[in-house]
Amino acid sequence: MDWSWLIGRLSPEYLPKDPVTLGAAIGMPIAIIGILLAITYFKKWSYIWNEWVTTLDAKKIGIMYMGIAILMLLRGGADALMLRAQTALAQTGIELFNTQTFQEVFTAHGSIMIFFVGMGAMFGLINMALPLMLGARDVAYPFLNSVSFWLFFAGMVIINASLVFGGFSNGGWLGYPPLTGLEYNPGPGVDYWIWALQIAGIGSLLSGINFTVTILKNRAPGMTLMKMPIFAWSVLVAMVLVMLAFPVLTATLGMLALDRVAGMHFFTSDAGGNPMMYINLIWAWGHPEVYILVLPAFGIFSEIVATFARKRLFGYTTMVAALIAIMFLSFVVWQHHFFTMGAGANVNAFFGIMTMIIAIPTGVKLFNWIFTMYKGRTKFTAPMIWFMCFAVTFTIGGVTGVLMAVPALDFQVHNTMFLVAHFHNVIIGGVLFGYFAGIYYWWPKLFGFTLHDGLGKLSAYAWQVGFILAFIPLYILGLMGAARRINTYDDPSWVPLFIVSGVGVGVIGIGAGLMILSMVYSIWKRKKLADTTGDPWDGRTLEWSVPSPAPFYNFAITPTVTRRDEWWYRKKDGVAQPKREDYKDIELPKNTAEGVYIAIATGMIGFGFIWHIWWMVAVALIVVIAFVIRRSFNDDTEYTITADELYQLDRKARA
Amino acid sequence: MKRFLNASLIPLGLGGFVLLMWLILRGVTIDVLMPSGKIAVEQLKLLYFTLALSLLVVVPVFTMLGLFAFRYREGRNNEYKPEWDGSTKLEVLWWGIPIVIIAVLSVVTWQTSHSLDPYRSIDSEKKALEVQVVALQWKWLFIYPEYNLATVNDLPLPVDRPVHFTLAADAPMSAFWIPSLGSQVYSMNGMSSELNLIANKVGEYDGYNTNINGEGYAKMNFKARVMPEVDFTSWTITAPEKADTAGKHMNEATYTTLAKPGLIKTPETYRLAAPDLYDTIVAKYMSHGGASNDASPKKHDMTNMDHNTNKNEEHTH
Repeated sequence: MDWSWLIGRLSPEYLPKDPVTLGAAIGMPIAIIGILLAITYFKKWSYIWNEWVTTLDAKKIGIMYMGIAILMLLRGGADALMLRAQTALAQTGIELFNTQTFQEVFTAHGSIMIFFVGMGAMFGLINMALPLMLGARDVAYPFLNSVSFWLFFAGMVIINASLVFGGFSNGGWLGYPPLTGLEYNPGPGVDYWIWALQIAGIGSLLSGINFTVTILKNRAPGMTLMKMPIFAWSVLVAMVLVMLAFPVLTATLGMLALDRVAGMHFFTSDAGGNPMMYINLIWAWGHPEVYILVLPAFGIFSEIVATFARKRLFGYTTMVAALIAIMFLSFVVWQHHFFTMGAGANVNAFFGIMTMIIAIPTGVKLFNWIFTMYKGRTKFTAPMIWFMCFAVTFTIGGVTGVLMAVPALDFQVHNTMFLVAHFHNVIIGGVLFGYFAGIYYWWPKLFGFTLHDGLGKLSAYAWQVGFILAFIPLYILGLMGAARRINTYDDPSWVPLFIVSGVGVGVIGIGAGLMILSMVYSIWKRKKLADTTGDPWDGRTLEWSVPSPAPFYNFAITPTVTRRDEWWYRKKDGVAQPKREDYKDIELPKNTAEGVYIAIATGMIGFGFIWHIWWMVAVALIVVIAFVIRRSFNDDTEYTITADELYQLDRKARA
Repeated sequence: MKRFLNASLIPLGLGGFVLLMWLILRGVTIDVLMPSGKIAVEQLKLLYFTLALSLLVVVPVFTMLGLFAFRYREGRNNEYKPEWDGSTKLEVLWWGIPIVIIAVLSVVTWQTSHSLDPYRSIDSEKKALEVQVVALQWKWLFIYPEYNLATVNDLPLPVDRPVHFTLAADAPMSAFWIPSLGSQVYSMNGMSSELNLIANKVGEYDGYNTNINGEGYAKMNFKARVMPEVDFTSWTITAPEKADTAGKHMNEATYTTLAKPGLIKTPETYRLAAPDLYDTIVAKYMSHGGASNDASPKKHDMTNMDHNTNKNEEHTH
């Protein structure tokens, strides 16, 4: 009997075959079942449901984002280790896994690192810190925030489910057609890739709207835009980019999906389709995406350098100007990702020059950070060490970026290991180091104790050393002719470089391990590392004015801001104890599971599309719409904490 | 004492790393840095020039970073000005210097984008050799229309004579690159890209595909064999005869077999029995489906504005 109306194209032929994938496919469900059993055994279900799953508290949502991002960092890191182990061993005849798996693994590595590590950690840190820095009680749309997170979670589930059943795309993290079209890739792998990104991407778009509105509408009284902490500026600029760029991603992936399921010809080679249009569109999103990730990291470093140098940020106004300049420029450089596609010299030159111009505001930011340290009293804690590593690594990445921005030069390095080294240089050195610094910096505010500083520094050193070992050889390999994404090669002189690179990835792995260790150790020693003041770094911005861990209502009394670095100057002027009559009733959002339900249904839509189970798509779509309508008509979404209760809570928190 | 040790580890480590790299790279060929053709030589010069220009910013950045981090660290009690947060003079300086550097580089970029444009024919007394390149899953088909020859994964070229490549794919987008000679270019379905190169040294150079086009991608390599003009001429005469003896003719049927996804073990040489094979391959993607010829998307494509629209139209109609 034909069951395809019910189960689409699900069939046993899609079960994993090669041993590496099979191991992961068996291990992952076992681990998940283990976790679920542990939760049951310790009777933590209601705690997890009430305190985490249904929460609308931005700080908790931020912690969940960060937890997933760290988990995915380990998955993506394991992928990287496998890839470099394969290239190191390529000429010994040992094949760790077959070519198809290799190609799926690098596609997964890239997609996971950008969408679920980069974006996840970014939204995590923004959720943790931004409302507190703005003196706000919450984000503008707490429910939307929950929807965003759970959509991100659904995307993460889909991308990892491909490991267990069906396999992943082999088309690289941006999946150029026609390789990802039906003709060359009929299986579910590409669909997994499309729907994981699509769903997570919609979550990101919603977050972009949420944080933009939060910054524009929820700032504390007196905090004009030019009095905002610079991190808020960097987030504002990044979120505007999200709002402008992510719809392009959604539309592009949507068209690719239509090509695949509805026989359309947007990007096919024949029948009037145009794959080059896909490449233009995906980079019209993809290039701003790079800045979406890195600008908040710049913001984090601006806060950290000023805090630990104990000095006002140098050139605040130019920093803002530089951010805005980068925002505009990031939309007029996308073609530099395919100078070799045969556009004319004029087109190439234009995009090349635009790309180099970005180096100017970026360089200015670097000078401003360095001069923030000048005549300061810099304390070299773990976040500052991350900054130093960033400054060195990112600058090298900037130089190779300028090299690649010259079209005539790019023709000799494009799509090679040189390119791979370049973007890891800016993404690890810029984005990841920035977020790691942010984790060490804001951790005490979230959890009430600092992370062990020595282990944090050690982790930074390991990342830095590992980075050099892993990627400098790749630059050289690129110049020797090694293309990106190769799993094998003939030239014996490439072997030692690939081995060094593999060792480097191992050292990075040690760095990641040390980071996890620093977290575990600090949780264990949390009493000793407790932050009793709420202000462990002698901070400058408002988040340090509340006790650690930050209470669920953020601020008992909404602060009034009169200047930049408000908290720094308040400490100098002396902080007055709030009086009983200063407290007022406040309203906070009620917990709700609707965000989870919407995300589950959205995940089902994706699953239905991947496996061609059309009834599931239809039913899930109706469920999503029904929940959105239901939520829209629900006016009872907030609860009140009275001034009395708040007074008591605040006294307890400050005790 | 501890601090001293920490700081001295940096130069020690870097020194060790440089030594390691030197040991690894002794006597090794780094194609892009050891070019064998005029285009690649120009590109290498451009690489060094851009790098030198970048160092004008990088050196001061690293110096100040290290110096300030050391001088103004906690416990040194050097001058402390917590309120000092701006200086118009300084900021003009570090907006200004990068602007000047980028302005210089922009001029060079504009010029080299034109002078090293892959589509630009190379000035020479000799007439350029025409080679049609077709990327297949996962091998390269080279067609020498003037000599009625077709080769697979083997690219014999005469030294000191410009070569004009016309590239297409009958596969997902691929990229054709001989690092020793310069510039890579994408090859795509249903349209032609162009590339002009010249080899100035006799030798055998590795050629690669740099754009993933499926499972056999990493093995889609070829050899560019650059030989003296006389040797090349004699090859063009003897090769078709040899191919005849071996019964190797590149016609529609041979091509169809060759175009199936898969790897080939050894390079092949064929007599070209279908003179307009290349045009047929390009036209393949234009002829079926629903699109009318006049509305051919390639004609309107923004990235292809400057070039090859005429060629595409020819193939289209």
